[in-house]
Amino acid sequence: MSKKLKLIGLSSVASVMALSAAAQDPVSLTVVSWGGAYTASQQRAYHSPFMELNPHVTIINDDGSANALAGLRAQAQAGNVTWDLVDMLPSDAQLACDEGIILQIDHDEMLAAAPDGTPASQDFLPGSLGECFIPQIVYSTVLTFRPGAFPADAQPSSIADLFDVENFPGRRALQDRPGTNLEWALYADGVAPEDIYEVLATPEGVDRAFAKLDTIKDHIIFWTEGAQAPQLLADGEVAFATGYNGRMFEAIEVEGMDAEIIWDGQVVEWDGWVVPADGPNVELVMEYLYWATDTQRLADQAKFISYGPARASSAGLVGQHADLGIDMAPHMPTNPDNYFAPIVLDNDFWVDYGDELRERFANWMLQ
Amino acid sequence: MAEFQAPYQDAFTDAHRLWGEPELWRIIQREGRPLTASYYVAALDREYNAAGEIVLRDENRRIYVSLFGRTLALSLAITGMTFLLGFPIAYYLSILPMRYANLLMIAVLLPFWTSLLVRTSAWIVLLQQQGVINNTLVALGVITDDGRFSLIYNQTGTIIAMTHILLPFMVLPLYSVMRTIPPSYTRAAKSLGATPWTAFRRVYFPQTLPGIGAGGVLVFIISIGYYITPALVGGQSGRMISNEIARHIQQSLNWGLAAALGSMLLAGVLVLYWLYNRLVGADSLKLG
Repeated sequence: MSKKLKLIGLSSVASVMALSAAAQDPVSLTVVSWGGAYTASQQRAYHSPFMELNPHVTIINDDGSANALAGLRAQAQAGNVTWDLVDMLPSDAQLACDEGIILQIDHDEMLAAAPDGTPASQDFLPGSLGECFIPQIVYSTVLTFRPGAFPADAQPSSIADLFDVENFPGRRALQDRPGTNLEWALYADGVAPEDIYEVLATPEGVDRAFAKLDTIKDHIIFWTEGAQAPQLLADGEVAFATGYNGRMFEAIEVEGMDAEIIWDGQVVEWDGWVVPADGPNVELVMEYLYWATDTQRLADQAKFISYGPARASSAGLVGQHADLGIDMAPHMPTNPDNYFAPIVLDNDFWVDYGDELRERFANWMLQ
Repeated sequence: MAEFQAPYQDAFTDAHRLWGEPELWRIIQREGRPLTASYYVAALDREYNAAGEIVLRDENRRIYVSLFGRTLALSLAITGMTFLLGFPIAYYLSILPMRYANLLMIAVLLPFWTSLLVRTSAWIVLLQQQGVINNTLVALGVITDDGRFSLIYNQTGTIIAMTHILLPFMVLPLYSVMRTIPPSYTRAAKSLGATPWTAFRRVYFPQTLPGIGAGGVLVFIISIGYYITPALVGGQSGRMISNEIARHIQQSLNWGLAAALGSMLLAGVLVLYWLYNRLVGADSLKLG
């Protein structure tokens, strides 16, 4: 199967022959990702099937994506690149790309076309591909709450309620980075989703966002790793938690946690692969990527976690959850019922203003 | 270079808005030298002003000096707690017959051999608001359901978990010193008319000082650079300087500042050790 696809997609048959001939010695690939339910979905959709097709390959998961940029820089500076493939966010990928520590991707050459022949550059959703970045999924950061923390007739329903400690008391678990938090502070303060980055680009807008965050500061517990947010909710430690929608889906639907997602103001972003320059097995990684980012594989991942595939041609193939048998479509961030007030994360903004906002946010957390 | 056409001022500000700021060019001029002190300056909550003088930063950006202070205070508190808990344990161990003492010693050492992460996670289970301790207190009617204690994700959490984790480092040196103190000294003091309290204070306690010194220095120096436990149970108010160093290494990628903070921490520990040596004498340290 994989060989047939390769023959269709790759321009040169000779390079395929060379790859399969050379690829018999046992190799292990170190794939860096986000851990928890997310890595598990990649394991089941990509890694395990790939290892079955290529018995000489062993894929090792490394849960280092939260510090991927630091890791890439450290390995490049030390001249000892041990990571083969890294899952990271597009803004960090753009920084790494500009620094030349990850490989540029020729999208139509290195990625499979859609089954109907549409080239990869047109099949991936608009704006998702980067110079060095191959998106897998669109995910969102959503607000989730514990219904038991509030009276039945006064349940929270919007981002504004997160900032309303009077009517919705209880602790809040927020991520320990400025992205999403600053956007939500302005959104709750009355800024329309499409104007948020314009306001945040001004010093007054930043002050306004921090002033809004000040109002709930005493009620915040900060989380770092994606798995912590649902844990804090499940333990009853917090009334609200922000988190990635796929993790929340896993906790609520698969593990039966009593919590509800508020889709208002969901912050939508891509996530995808980059290939470290000078990695130990670049050719094999490219073979893996060609296969693991094709239409069927991206649709497969949605069977295991509620993140939307990044290819237009995968959308029709998204079906039911592999274990639960429930329809996945209503749980996707891009489902029209959920996509009524999205904030699309502006990566250019965060590349440009990220450093100073991150510093200010870190100082704000410590004070 | 083909994209950079005259007028260059506009070309630069087009490329990035910050190129228009004279401050940026001053920084390039100042930091262009092979050696600069700017990371140390930043680590002391100070910065260069337009005239190149070192001044205090804006109030809302001063964090490191107070964080160093908090790290010192927390470490002292933890050292004090381990002493208060460790001294009676070590004394009891030292007067028990050997076979019971060995059994109890295993109880002291067992947590010492358990993974740090396991012990810290166990404290999360015990201390959280819906955790074992709060649930028990609510069930016993000591506190109401709304009045649950916040024992974790704050300084209290850091102090409790680290005191437990570092307790063996206090007990072991104390025990090894106490075992060598002949009980006849205290008996002699009593037979010469001392009350039990005087005998303890004037005869027994001074002989345990090398153990207290060793345990104290050990616990203090370990806790001043402690990282994983405050990160997991400390929340924001229980964070220590090492968490900030880790953040600069892993997240903000400001390795220069992390190195400056780290070397200041090291220098601080060396100064404290030197001070201890002057006051008590490092020769008297007994680690067992």
